[in-house]
Amino acid sequence: MSKIEFMQGNTACCEGALAAGCSFFGGYPITPSTEIAELMALRLPKAGGTFIQMEDEIAGIGSVIGASWTGARSMTATSGPGFSLMMENIGYAVMTETPCVIVNIQRGGPSTGQPTMSAQGDMMQCRFGSHGDMATIAVVPSTVQEMYELTAKAFNLADRFRVPTFVMSDETIGHMRERVIIPDSVDIVPRKPLLEGELPFQAGEDGVPGFAKFGSGHRVHVTGLTHDERGYPDTTNPETHEKLVLRLYNKVESKRHEIADYDAVNTDAETVFVTYGPCARTVRQVLHDHPDEEIGHLNLRIVWPFPEDTLKLFPNAKTFIVPELNLGQMAREVARHMSGQKVLSMPKIGGLIHTPAELYAAVEAER
Amino acid sequence: MSTRVFEKWYREDRLPHIFCTGCGNGTVMNCSIKAVDAMQWNIDDTVFVSGIGCSSRAPGYISTDSLHTTHGRALAFATGVKMANPDLHVVVFTGDGDLSAIGGNHFIHACRRNIDMTVICMNNMIYGMTGGQGSPCTPVGKISTTTPYGAAEPVFDLAELAVAAGANHVARWTSYHTAELTKAIITGLSTEGLSFIEAMVQCPTAYGRRNKLRQVTDQVEWMRTHAMLLQKVRRMEQEGKPIPEEHFAVGEFVRRHRPAMGVRR
Repeated sequence: MSKIEFMQGNTACCEGALAAGCSFFGGYPITPSTEIAELMALRLPKAGGTFIQMEDEIAGIGSVIGASWTGARSMTATSGPGFSLMMENIGYAVMTETPCVIVNIQRGGPSTGQPTMSAQGDMMQCRFGSHGDMATIAVVPSTVQEMYELTAKAFNLADRFRVPTFVMSDETIGHMRERVIIPDSVDIVPRKPLLEGELPFQAGEDGVPGFAKFGSGHRVHVTGLTHDERGYPDTTNPETHEKLVLRLYNKVESKRHEIADYDAVNTDAETVFVTYGPCARTVRQVLHDHPDEEIGHLNLRIVWPFPEDTLKLFPNAKTFIVPELNLGQMAREVARHMSGQKVLSMPKIGGLIHTPAELYAAVEAER
Repeated sequence: MSTRVFEKWYREDRLPHIFCTGCGNGTVMNCSIKAVDAMQWNIDDTVFVSGIGCSSRAPGYISTDSLHTTHGRALAFATGVKMANPDLHVVVFTGDGDLSAIGGNHFIHACRRNIDMTVICMNNMIYGMTGGQGSPCTPVGKISTTTPYGAAEPVFDLAELAVAAGANHVARWTSYHTAELTKAIITGLSTEGLSFIEAMVQCPTAYGRRNKLRQVTDQVEWMRTHAMLLQKVRRMEQEGKPIPEEHFAVGEFVRRHRPAMGVRR
C-alpha cells in the first residue's frame, strides 16, 4: 500500500534516495540543501548505512566516490558554492566510471550570492564544469513528488551508465511542501557486475564495463589518469585517450533519447514553453487559466543529455519560449537545435520565479 | 624481500615502474608490503589509496584493489572506502606536498576522526613529479625551482601535527632505517584508529641535485647523520639545549587508544 504524506522537497529527496537503497551519504552542510544532510544523518544509521559530515565539499564527494567503489549506492547534496568545489572530483568520477548521485539545490550566484533564494544558474556547470570532455546525466524535478521519484531514478541511471548523476533542483522545490504519494517500493536497476575473464574497463556494446567492487577479488586499479582496459595508466598514447574519452562520452550521449523523460502538452500549438524545474509550475498555471490548446508545453525532467528530438514533438511550433532562473543557459541549448523557429529566452534572476502574468504576456506578444 | 612476497603483492605486468633511479619510494613500498604481508592480510580485503605525485603512483604497482585519486584528496576517498566497508584494510600512500599542502585540511580531519587506516607519507621534501618545486616540507634555505634563493618558509612537522590532531599512532623514520620503518608500519597496521608513518626519502633527481646531495648515497647519508632519536630530542628540549641545525626526530611519537572510527564492532 502506498501512503500519502505532506513533505518538503528536501525531505522527499532523502526518502527517494533511501527507497532506492542509498547506504552512504558524505557531505558538508550548505543552504538551501542542509535538510538533506540533516535527515540523512538521522535516517541512515538506523537503516544500516553510513552518514559522515566531511570537512568540506571536496572531501564530501571524495568520500562518496570511495564508498561507491565498495559497492554502496552513495550520494552527496550541496548548493552552488559547494558544487563548484566538487568539480575536480566530479571529473574523476566520470573518468573512473564511478556511479554516484550529486544533489544540487541551486541558489543565486555567482559566489555566495543568495543562499536562501532560488536559481538555476548551475545548469551548464553540471554539464561542462569539470575540465575535459565528458557527458553526464541531470534530472530536474518540478514538484516534490518528482523530487522523490527522480532522486530514486538518478541512482538507477548512475548505476546503469556508471556516471555521476545530478539532481539539479533549486531552493523553490527543495523548500516547498506538497502532497506526495510514497509507493511501497521503487524500481532498482543494479550495477552490472564484472564477470570472470573481463577486464575492469573493457566495455561491451553498451559502452559500460562491468563493475568490480572493492573486496570482490578482482584487484582492480582505479585511476583518474588516462587508462587502458585493464585500468593501467597510459597517458601519452593519443589512441588510448581518444578511445577512452569517446567511449565515456558516447555511452551516455548515444542513449539520450532513451534516457529522456518529459511531458509534452498541446503538441499542435504554435507557441510552446520549454521548461525544467520550477518554471514548469508557472506554465501549468498559465495552461490552467487559458485552456485553449494554443499554448504548448514541453517540460524536461532530464536535461542532460539534452533530448533534442523532444522539440520535434511540436511540428507546428513557431516560437519556443524558455523561461528559466538564469540568464538563458538552456535557451541557448534549445536554440542550437532549431531550424527556422524562434527561440525566446525569458531569463529571470534575483530569486523569484516568473508570474503567470509575465509568461502569458509573452504568449500574447507572439500572437 | 623474499621473492614470494614480491610475487604475491606486486603487479609484475606493470613493470618497469616510473620512479627515478635512486628514488627512496621503492624502499618505503618494500617495507610497507613486508609489513602488510607480516599481518597475513588477505590481498582481496586490502585496498591501497593515494593522491597525486610520485609516491601516489605506488598503489598502481600493487596487486590489490587500489584507488589513485585526485591531488591532496586521498584521505577523503579512503574515508569513504573505510566507512562504507570497515571489513576492508585501508592503507594510504601520499607525499609531503599531496598530504600537507593541498591535502592539509583532510589530513588533520582524518587524524581527528581517527579513522582506522594507515597513512604512509613519503616525505622527499620537494614536489618531485612536477619537477622540483618547494613544498611545505622543503627545509629553510634549500633550493627548489620555486625557492631559487632558498626556501624562506618554516617547514611543517607532519608527525607532531598528526599527534596534535588526534591520530592513535604516529612514527617517523627514513629510507635508511628500513628495519625500524617496517616495524613502525606493522605497529601502525595493528593499531586501531589512524596510524601516520612519515618516511623521509631521498629524491636525487629533484632535491639532491640542487642541494649538494647529488649522489643517492649522499642524501641517505645525510638522513642517517641528521636523524636523531626522539627520546634524545625530548631530553635536549627538557634540558633547554638547542637541537643541532637540520636535525630531525625519528621514532614513535605516540601510540594510544583513543576511540576510532571505521572499526567493525
